[in-house]
Amino acid sequence: MTTMKFTKDHEWVRMDGDLAVIGISDYAQKALGDLVSLELPKVGRVLKQHDSFSIVDSMKASSDVYAPISGEVVTVNSDLNNNPQWINESPYEKGWMVKIKPANAAELDTLMSEDDYKKYLSGLGSH
Amino acid sequence: MSLKKTPLNAAHYRLGAKMVEFGGWDMPVQYTGIIEEHNAVRNAVGLFDVSHMGEVYVTGPNAKKFIENLITNDVNKLVPGQILYSPMCYEHAGIVDDLLVYKFSDDHFLIVVNASNIDKDFAWMQKNSQGAELVNHSSDVGEVALQGPKAHSVLQKLTKFDLNSLKTFYFAEFEVAGVKCLVSRTGYTGEDGFEIYVQAIETENIWNAILEAGQEFGIKPCGLGCRDSLRLEAGLMLYGNDMTENVTPLEAPLKWTIKFDGHEFIGKKVLLEKPLTRKLVGFELQERAVSRHGNEVYINGQKFDYVASGIFSPTLQKPIGFAFVPVDLPMGGEIEIKIREGKMVKAKTCSHRFYKRKL
Repeated sequence: MTTMKFTKDHEWVRMDGDLAVIGISDYAQKALGDLVSLELPKVGRVLKQHDSFSIVDSMKASSDVYAPISGEVVTVNSDLNNNPQWINESPYEKGWMVKIKPANAAELDTLMSEDDYKKYLSGLGSH
Repeated sequence: MSLKKTPLNAAHYRLGAKMVEFGGWDMPVQYTGIIEEHNAVRNAVGLFDVSHMGEVYVTGPNAKKFIENLITNDVNKLVPGQILYSPMCYEHAGIVDDLLVYKFSDDHFLIVVNASNIDKDFAWMQKNSQGAELVNHSSDVGEVALQGPKAHSVLQKLTKFDLNSLKTFYFAEFEVAGVKCLVSRTGYTGEDGFEIYVQAIETENIWNAILEAGQEFGIKPCGLGCRDSLRLEAGLMLYGNDMTENVTPLEAPLKWTIKFDGHEFIGKKVLLEKPLTRKLVGFELQERAVSRHGNEVYINGQKFDYVASGIFSPTLQKPIGFAFVPVDLPMGGEIEIKIREGKMVKAKTCSHRFYKRKL
């Protein structure tokens, strides 16, 4: 697996060739609980860093998912529409949500490494 | 103000439950996952802590007269050992709460009410007591609900009492795991099951004994999350969502709990005279999304009312709920629901009983 970067809002991003693959972290899926539906963005939508690009619905609540970096949506994981539980089962592999073409690769440097994210989580306390 | 705790609070933390605030109580919403717990109750058996529910004992020569006036259902039809479900209304027919009445004798009853309404209900009962003696025992009583097709087998392991003799909506007092309990064949899940009342200090002993006895049947401790999805599938109303002081039992759909003949009760006049304009019905969303309590309901492009309850049904694998619609809208009628700003979803109305267990 190539290096993943994380946001404070619990999204992850990793480069796959020219494209950035984005999803939500294992911590996020556990906090949300069983996911039952979601709304993915349209291909071609241009996202700015921190834009809400998706809404995920768990049994108890609906939550926004924010773009870790800016870019244009190239592909969405439309299999998730009928299998939102993949995000619970496999948040970093089968549960990827979108691939975007980064507008500004330097934004990746503003994100946390996996180690930093782990430290960040331990600072949040137990949930 | 600190949250109230049931006698099982420490046990929930030890089991690793995810805890939430519910009506002023610190309660488990889930232990391992809402869907997993939901399916355990549908397919095997689950155990709920419902110690937060309120228990009011009614005694004295005026006990029956008091209840007759208090609730829309007819307490005169009850025999000792039987249980009655009913709303109680204000004069304007809005619902104060829904409750269960347990009859010991004509001068001895137990009324079980919703946790978040205990203080309001008790004040309302005292105001309308008609000389009956009322004692709020909510803090002294623990309660667990054992629900699911294997509930009978699990509980039978722990008692000599023949559970085949305990019919639905009846109760009896007997020992469970050596502890004296009041056990009723009732529940809030659409499955067979039991609600077990016990002295608060014995609650954890009963809880542990049942979890151990249930192991061979795949028992799971279950939180409020699946309690909500199970009751919604079964078409059971929830106070605060589907019933409020602004909803009448005729709207709710609780007509079957109103007995107009043979007794006077608070709210009767308005229920008889006020024209009905809306009704609560079931709906299914026509796409995979989730609508929730409070979402606006539109009829032919016009805002009409709101969604009372909504959930993604784990059993039916589709999004369902209850909504208020015009009283003349036919079953299968089309409505639209604004699930969030800028997002309208089509839905079709249907019976509010989405799930019926096979007998």
